[in-house]
Amino acid sequence: MLFSPVPMHIPDGFLSVLVSVILWILSVAGIGYALKRVGTDLGERQVPLMGILAAAIFAGQMLNFSVTGGTSGHLMGAALATIVLGPWAALLVMVCVVGIQAVVFQDGGLLALGANIFNMGIVGVAVGHFAYRTVCRFTGDKPWAIPLGGFIAGWLSIFIASLACALQLALSGTSPANIAVPAMGGIHALIGIGEGLITAGALAFIAAARGDLLQTKAAMGSSKPVWAGGGILAVLLAIASPLASAHPDGLEWVAEGRGFLDLAQDPLYEIIPDYVLPGIANEALATILAGIVGVILVLAAALAVAYSRRRMTEAR
Amino acid sequence: MNPSTLDPYRPGNSLLHRLDAQVKVGLTLGFIVATALLPPGAWPILILLFAMALSAIILAELRAGFVLARTMLALPFMLAALPLLFTVGSTPLVSLPWGWTLMKEGLVRAINVAAKAWLSLLAALTLTATTPFSEILVVLRAWGMPRLLASILGMTWRYLFVLAGEAQRLLRARAARSGHPAHTPGRPGGTLAWRAQVTGGMAGNLFLRATDRAERIYGAMAARGYDGEPRTFPQPPSTVNSRLLLFGGWALLALLTLAGLLFWG
Repeated sequence: MLFSPVPMHIPDGFLSVLVSVILWILSVAGIGYALKRVGTDLGERQVPLMGILAAAIFAGQMLNFSVTGGTSGHLMGAALATIVLGPWAALLVMVCVVGIQAVVFQDGGLLALGANIFNMGIVGVAVGHFAYRTVCRFTGDKPWAIPLGGFIAGWLSIFIASLACALQLALSGTSPANIAVPAMGGIHALIGIGEGLITAGALAFIAAARGDLLQTKAAMGSSKPVWAGGGILAVLLAIASPLASAHPDGLEWVAEGRGFLDLAQDPLYEIIPDYVLPGIANEALATILAGIVGVILVLAAALAVAYSRRRMTEAR
Repeated sequence: MNPSTLDPYRPGNSLLHRLDAQVKVGLTLGFIVATALLPPGAWPILILLFAMALSAIILAELRAGFVLARTMLALPFMLAALPLLFTVGSTPLVSLPWGWTLMKEGLVRAINVAAKAWLSLLAALTLTATTPFSEILVVLRAWGMPRLLASILGMTWRYLFVLAGEAQRLLRARAARSGHPAHTPGRPGGTLAWRAQVTGGMAGNLFLRATDRAERIYGAMAARGYDGEPRTFPQPPSTVNSRLLLFGGWALLALLTLAGLLFWG
């Protein structure tokens, strides 16, 4: 299966448009900066490498191991990519993986792709980088430092990304925070163990077989801003999630009450206030009118398509 | 399992297959945005959008079984929207045991989320079933996707199935040597940590093979004069007809969205 085993790819329809757009903007900004950094730091030699490693992360998600019963553990790969490639290249690799999963395999929505890139790309990579660098700093050059850092980076990247995902769902009014946060966080705290174990095993193998790959400039060079950003993201999400979970009404108020969603919709009523009239009869009339207009529109479109199709067939 | 069967692209010569990729990508994105903008309860508009998606699927000559199987993907994610049934709204519909009460507003919102998710999936699937990814990539590049990102994406797509095959060979080798669960019913061998470690080793192995392959590919490309600039065939300019179709479709979707927002917003 090339479908992601980590249930974190938000499909379309689950996020409100405003939340989707904000996360798209954040993701595009992140991608743009990463492209700039990769473009200056690395040469054209890196294009095949990053493309093929993205394919490898993708294919690596097929590797599984049975946990118990019918369930199995898999790999998401953000932590592994950031440890081997450095954060900027890893972000681009994850963008490719998540993007192809959404565009080609419908694993995650297109409008929600910004959110998915943010969760699995930006959050996953930054938090993974933060965790790995922190562990390596404290353990020095002990032989078990690399697998331990890999395990913690893998687990934390999955867990924090799932918290971000739950908060987005809650902000969109799709899932109440007091249910979404414990549910998503709990499931992914378990899934993250699999991710951590695989990441640790992969790093132990790479360190034994090709230790030089982990000593390269891209992998060794600690990026201070990313390290700090990952730490801030992890702390913020870890604090915000229980808060939102304890006060779901607060988030609901932000999302639905006098919060920003109404601001986005208000002007529409002001432009054409007469259309929103009270009364059931009027509502029914409105429904019927909309139905009729829609049917005519679709009919016209279908006729046009059928007509052009006949012309094309005749032309052949 | 043959990795090439995973590609949702279904070769064909239907009207949709021959349509300009730019129109298909544009209309699919427009469709998904229009679906997302609809307020809950705008059922007539949702049905009209469904009719549009269905016409596209029929015009693309896709098999119903293929479409249904591929669009069941979002089903597990519906769990996230289920709590809506019991927590949103004030009009109780049905009282369930253990103090749960089904709410009308919650039911409307949950069905709304499910319908939107499924409609968006239908549209995205129709696009990828009739358009090879390389053509989608050309459209995205023409619409301003950065060159570096487009190059990496193209590379990923070209070698995705090669590496999927590689991963399958690793899995087959493990199944042959350490016992396949199907042949040894009951508990799988070893401890959980050991199994995870083996899988991790395999993932690392896949990574190393990919790195080596990338070296060879870069060498081969450099030998043919690669300088970082991917070269493609010049694209034929989009015709007036396809542009008309694109803007007409967008206008239709905008009208439907407006109707939904006005009457149910």
